[in-house]
Amino acid sequence: MIEVRDVTLDYDTPRGTVRAVEAASFSAKPAEFLCLVGPSGCGKTTLLNMIAGFFTPTRGEIRIDGQAVSGQGRDRGIVFQDFAQLFPWRTALGNVAFGLEMKGMARQEREAIAREQLRLVKLEDFAGAYPHHLSGGMQQRVAIARALAYNPRVLLMDEPFAALDALTRDEMQRLLAEVWRETRKTVVYVTHNVAEAVYLADRVIVMTPHPGRIKAEVTIRLPRPRDPLSVEFLEHQKELMRHLTRKEEAR
Amino acid sequence: MRALISIALFAALYEATARSGWFAPALVPTLPLVGARLYDMLADGSMAGHALSTLYRVFAGLALAAITGLVLGFLVARYRALERFLMPLVSALMPIPSLAWAPVFILWFGLGNVATILIVFYAACFPMLLNTWTGARAVNPLWLRAAGAMGAGGPALFWKVVVPGASPFIITGLRLAFQRAWIAVVGAEMLAASAFGLGWVIFDAKEFLNTDIMLSSLVVIGAIGLVFERLVFGTLEKTTVARWGMVRAAKA
Repeated sequence: MIEVRDVTLDYDTPRGTVRAVEAASFSAKPAEFLCLVGPSGCGKTTLLNMIAGFFTPTRGEIRIDGQAVSGQGRDRGIVFQDFAQLFPWRTALGNVAFGLEMKGMARQEREAIAREQLRLVKLEDFAGAYPHHLSGGMQQRVAIARALAYNPRVLLMDEPFAALDALTRDEMQRLLAEVWRETRKTVVYVTHNVAEAVYLADRVIVMTPHPGRIKAEVTIRLPRPRDPLSVEFLEHQKELMRHLTRKEEAR
Repeated sequence: MRALISIALFAALYEATARSGWFAPALVPTLPLVGARLYDMLADGSMAGHALSTLYRVFAGLALAAITGLVLGFLVARYRALERFLMPLVSALMPIPSLAWAPVFILWFGLGNVATILIVFYAACFPMLLNTWTGARAVNPLWLRAAGAMGAGGPALFWKVVVPGASPFIITGLRLAFQRAWIAVVGAEMLAASAFGLGWVIFDAKEFLNTDIMLSSLVVIGAIGLVFERLVFGTLEKTTVARWGMVRAAKA
């Protein structure tokens, strides 16, 4: 259970204070897949970074299972957009085992769990490969396995597939939906891709920029696995697009 | 292989010059003469003795420089106050050639190993410090965030993320430090060593016009430098940062 209550974040620039996020409130139920959607500059990544504990809100608070977030913690796994997030000096297995190593788990045990996680993202044959030998999609799968390996309650994802080609992205979305169904983590997923949000999310939070605000919440009740070409799917996409563009017209 | 061809060509050129008759044979001895002298010195163990004392000095100085450079480099990258205090000092001291310190060190510590090792230390310290400093600042912030999210902090974060993350720069620093140290040790031995070392051999042979001995020593100096540059540092790079894709492997 994630609760974001009335969160505002200001940051200082040479030209004065900029409000990145204004009075954002939402919550995510256990095992819910939540997408934050919006154009660049809408504060979605900032909001995610606050949940991750990289930034502290100027006002408001964030709670995970009733506990206020302060700093980074092992109750949250995080996946970034940049492929370079993996440690190049560790094999896929070594990367996935890192969090368990930090917990002080013995080598054999942590490698067994890491192998299991790699199987979940269908990379069991690449356990010994270094990241630079893996494709972008494979590297992101390793990053997902790494974030899941130490069994956090929450998985935070910041446009993890945005830098992939369209075909790989579709494949990764299917894989992620499968991984989520098996692990039942609470997921907060940031994206600017409306179709991706409709494909993955139980609920979509729509954000608009200047300052970053929550514009709308849309619940997606389509049965899974979802068919991106179905009429209902496209209807949801249109609805999200309406929320994203109406603000622009008003200005 | 390529390296062997370059060396053979260069040797042939030298030999042609030596046999041309333009220079006095005592000043430009032919390669067979140098080879024979080198063989003698290797056979009676004297060359090995000189090489070992030079290697001892270079590694004592290099080890001190590596430790100092690593520790200071990481500290300077971590603490702004230390950076502000130390870096102007480094900028002032770095341009001074290490050999310019030789007379000072000789006055302070006398002829011998201490002065020589200090000169080597001085030469090797700065590339190590600067590269460690740069390497620590070049660690990808995403690695730090990812590691932090996975519960790494303090010593674990330093040893398992910052050090390997900075390793391409550290290895380059070590390589440069060795090159500088190797250059410095030969010069230092000419000025500050009393009876042993490859540099001292050259300087001593000059007194007796023993050009073949001087050239033999130069060959050994070059050979040891080549072995370290290619085999030791080349292998170190190949098994670490090149294997991890953090730098591209050298082709030659």
